[in-house]
Amino acid sequence: MSNRNYSLLGPDGKRAVEIGLAAAEWYHTDVPRKEMKAFMQRSDMPAIRDTVILYGLMILFAAIGIAFWPSPWTIPVWLAYGVLYGSASDSRWHEAGHGTAFKTLWMNNAVYEIASFMIMRNSATWRWSHARHHTDTYIVGRDPEIAVMRPGVLGKLLLSFVGIPEVWGYIPRMITNAISGPTPDERTFVPQSEWPKVIRIARISLAIYAATIALALWMQSILPLMVIGLPRMYGAWHHIMTGLLQHGGLADNVIDHRLNSRTVYMNPVSRFIYWNMNYHVEHHMFPMVPYHALPALHAAIKHDLPAPNPSIAAAFAEMWPALNRQLQFEDYFLQRDLPKTAKPYRMDFHEAALGQTAAE
Amino acid sequence: MPWIDACATTDIDEEDLIRFDHAGATYAIYHSPEGKFYATAGLCSHENVHLCDGLVMDHIIECPKHNGQFDYRTGEAKRAPVCINLKTYKTKVEAGRVFIEVS
Ligand code: FES
Repeated sequence: MSNRNYSLLGPDGKRAVEIGLAAAEWYHTDVPRKEMKAFMQRSDMPAIRDTVILYGLMILFAAIGIAFWPSPWTIPVWLAYGVLYGSASDSRWHEAGHGTAFKTLWMNNAVYEIASFMIMRNSATWRWSHARHHTDTYIVGRDPEIAVMRPGVLGKLLLSFVGIPEVWGYIPRMITNAISGPTPDERTFVPQSEWPKVIRIARISLAIYAATIALALWMQSILPLMVIGLPRMYGAWHHIMTGLLQHGGLADNVIDHRLNSRTVYMNPVSRFIYWNMNYHVEHHMFPMVPYHALPALHAAIKHDLPAPNPSIAAAFAEMWPALNRQLQFEDYFLQRDLPKTAKPYRMDFHEAALGQTAAE
Repeated sequence: MPWIDACATTDIDEEDLIRFDHAGATYAIYHSPEGKFYATAGLCSHENVHLCDGLVMDHIIECPKHNGQFDYRTGEAKRAPVCINLKTYKTKVEAGRVFIEVS
């Protein structure tokens, strides 16, 4: 039986507000202002280059897949297309949503809308949910984007690798949003002025999926859905693999991102798909630093952070046993050693956040 | 309305800002690219985050938390998640010092 109540309308969220944990001031590594300004500088070029490569490859792979359909020789091409559609869209949604990927506003907005559609998130709703994720990262009852709740439901996690729980949840939500706007929990973080936009986006998405399904029925073929919709499932595995590592097995209810986020060194292909979000402690500590400046920021502040995991495999080897342990001991979390050069961890509020139940 | 001596003109780089605390309130003082000085409330109108850690680009201040953006000359909210305008304060420069008029 879980001690934690993850509902945004539940008692844990209320308690976080009462004790001052919600919207608290978080720990930041000291970085001289001039250096930080240089890290935050915006530029269009890196993201234009990456976007041309991304969309260019997607068009190429889809064209090959369609031209040779239904040859089994196209399976690798579809798998590659799927990862770009169902995983790279997650990181593009994320970075463009922060408004840091490009310097030019309309470019951020265009990539954000396309990526939101592909990853099946209502762009108007999720802008706000992600703002809350940054205000109250992994604070139970406040953060709407906690990927691994405690105790973890490992079966659900595994199904996420092919997008089943997300797509299953998205379809009724899209229909509800299209008919009556945000759901009651969404209304806790989406301001009323944005509700018409939530409805409009849901209706546009619904229309595109209806047209795709109609085309598939008319063609008597699954091919249209291989291009639009299904890649959110058969290509989801990479963003789940990297996404789980962001916070999995680490602390909740703290105000120090070094305790609740993980930086992992990754191969260049994964870094392209993930747009450098493997520097996740750095991203949360300084969310206005664009993805292309994160390696430099990492070099500047790593003396104050726990050592990064050297690879995806090493990070899983660290995280998976912790998730398993949380199945039995829900309050367990990994606390990595800090280097001698680091300031101590901030554990304020951690004990108080779960109230009586956790202290027992 | 009292004029408060906030800082020297040389304390703020062009296209940058500093935080200024006075009588229990916190302000942000800006040095625009054309050399003028402006002042606004120091905290973002979305959540209680100090704007002094944000980035100034031309006449826009970006909040360091969620990239809410304001025109610091007028306080106008320009990008979600900020919807409420920032309070602005008059400034004047005398003998190399920046003064703000606080209410
Ligand atoms: S706190 Fe400033 S935009 Fe959210």
